Amino acid sequence: MISPAKGLTHLMNILVCLKQILDPELPSRDFRIDAAGRDADRNTAGLVMNIFCANALETALQFREKHGGKITVITFGVPSAEEILRKALALRVDSAVLIRSDLSQRPNPWCIARVLAAAIRKLGDFDLVLTGRESGDWGDGQTGALLAEELGRPCVSLADELKADTVNTALVRIRRQTDQGWEALEASTPLVITVTNNEHNVPRIAKTRDVMQAFRQPLTTWSLAELGVDAQSISEDLACTEVVELAIPIKQTHCEWVTGETLDDRISLLAKRIATVVQSA
Amino acid sequence: MWLAPAAQVENKVIAFRLLPTFYKGSSLTSVVVSCIFGWTGIDRAALGVLGAGQRLSRDLAYKHVGLIVGPASDALIAEATKFSDSIAVADHPLLDSYHSETTLTALTEVCKQLNPKAVLLGNDTYCQELVPRLAHRLGGSAAGDALKLSGRNETVLVTRSVYGGKAQATIKLSRAPAILWVRARAQEPAQQQALTTDLTRLTLTLEPNTKIKLVDRQTEMQGTARLEDARVIVSGGRGLGGSEPFTQLRALAEIMGGQMAASRAACDAGWVPAEWQVGQTGKKVSPQLYLAIAISGASQHIMGIADAKTIAAINLDPDAPIFQHCQFGLVEDYRQVVGPLREKLIELLA
Repeated sequence: MISPAKGLTHLMNILVCLKQILDPELPSRDFRIDAAGRDADRNTAGLVMNIFCANALETALQFREKHGGKITVITFGVPSAEEILRKALALRVDSAVLIRSDLSQRPNPWCIARVLAAAIRKLGDFDLVLTGRESGDWGDGQTGALLAEELGRPCVSLADELKADTVNTALVRIRRQTDQGWEALEASTPLVITVTNNEHNVPRIAKTRDVMQAFRQPLTTWSLAELGVDAQSISEDLACTEVVELAIPIKQTHCEWVTGETLDDRISLLAKRIATVVQSA
Repeated sequence: MWLAPAAQVENKVIAFRLLPTFYKGSSLTSVVVSCIFGWTGIDRAALGVLGAGQRLSRDLAYKHVGLIVGPASDALIAEATKFSDSIAVADHPLLDSYHSETTLTALTEVCKQLNPKAVLLGNDTYCQELVPRLAHRLGGSAAGDALKLSGRNETVLVTRSVYGGKAQATIKLSRAPAILWVRARAQEPAQQQALTTDLTRLTLTLEPNTKIKLVDRQTEMQGTARLEDARVIVSGGRGLGGSEPFTQLRALAEIMGGQMAASRAACDAGWVPAEWQVGQTGKKVSPQLYLAIAISGASQHIMGIADAKTIAAINLDPDAPIFQHCQFGLVEDYRQVVGPLREKLIELLA
């Protein structure tokens, strides 16, 4: 908890939703599909915090530094997901919640949003709920938006800057990216925001001391049963989308190397090839 | 043919009651809605959406409704009549420009009236945020970035890239309505069909939203064309090491009448604006030539250039993954190449 900035009387209570995913940096040649053919083989690479979740967390940390407030992080996942919560604790968030998944299949965004909403109701009200814009694995880009619907809150997507209003403590000022540029918005809390990357929210690196300390910090762990999530609704959520096929696309492009005796020869040849394409365009 | 007398349809309840008559006598009782927005008009992306809608409705033997949300001029309506079996117009003073909450409320209202089995939108950022929420409000299911759509046994199947382009998944949307955003410019544009005179003006009751207020809207386009429509793109990556080399790249792009783009690494570093980003979470481009300079070519970047006709690269590292996607490439330090390359191209393109 960080005290409020001068003039602000209300401390924002911020929740950041995190997801652990297969490291997206994994080179294509090492990517494998699991035996059931419905998901990636998780043994091929490390598991990391989804980058856009990290951008959301960084946005929250900067907001707290500037305006005060409290940050809780939450994830719904298998036991290994605790690692990303520890990572967030090492960045000095105030508390962390793990909801253990005992589902036999990968939860889709509908199921994740339902579970997160149930946890939010149990944790009490948040002024701001932040998620990443999408995840680097299935990339559905739906969880934040569906969570807003589950909570009955407005939603701002693709935010890349977040500031408190200096006068009205129930307002935040958001810059969001659009196809052609950006929009500046003024939004009332409570609110769900999905965060995208820009040069200002590149995730920070934890101090070694904080990493050590993070392992000793308490962590709230809940099962789905403890949250009181209705099993029937969960199975309906899971049934609304079904992966019928997952395949690795075959690439057939053959790169022709531009070669030549001297550098000048190579550049001449490259220029000719480029000119041919440009002139046919 | 049933033309809605707009003046008589005074509120949504009446419109709702009238609709069943609208479909009476038609064997096509279920509908696929392709959604276009008055503030965008019918551009290449909208034609892609309408094209996908035409094909999906044919697959499923459903009726194809072209829905115009927002300001609908007579010219826009006339243009839209070429691409669907009927037109629905949802115009309202509060829909003169996009507002996330208001547009969502309007779309929900419209869909409750049209009762579609599938709703297709484009891939701009507005459509992307509308889709999951609309699906939730209608009790359906959703998918985004659809490359291919097909319909079988009253169900929609969507093919999309996952794992940053490393795999492709086909997903069945079992709960109707299926709300989708498609990679619009990658879809075959809609074919002209017999003009429809079947036009419904939907009546909406909308309240202004006070929770989210638009303070400023900025467009930072380069020149007049969208990056998505560029014929030639010169793109720079992490290997450039700073913002300064982009000046050189721009000079190179200009002589080819091309535009500038960048990898996520270059945008995250703040060297160039975020609008230049090409890739999974950036723009999806389809130029005749994509020249990648000092870009390693992670799968996430490749996702944005999969529709480029010719990809060429200049990179110091012969093992850079970008070369696996290139028609031709030069292994060299870009600093030795860009200047002289420009000189030679000026001669060749003169």
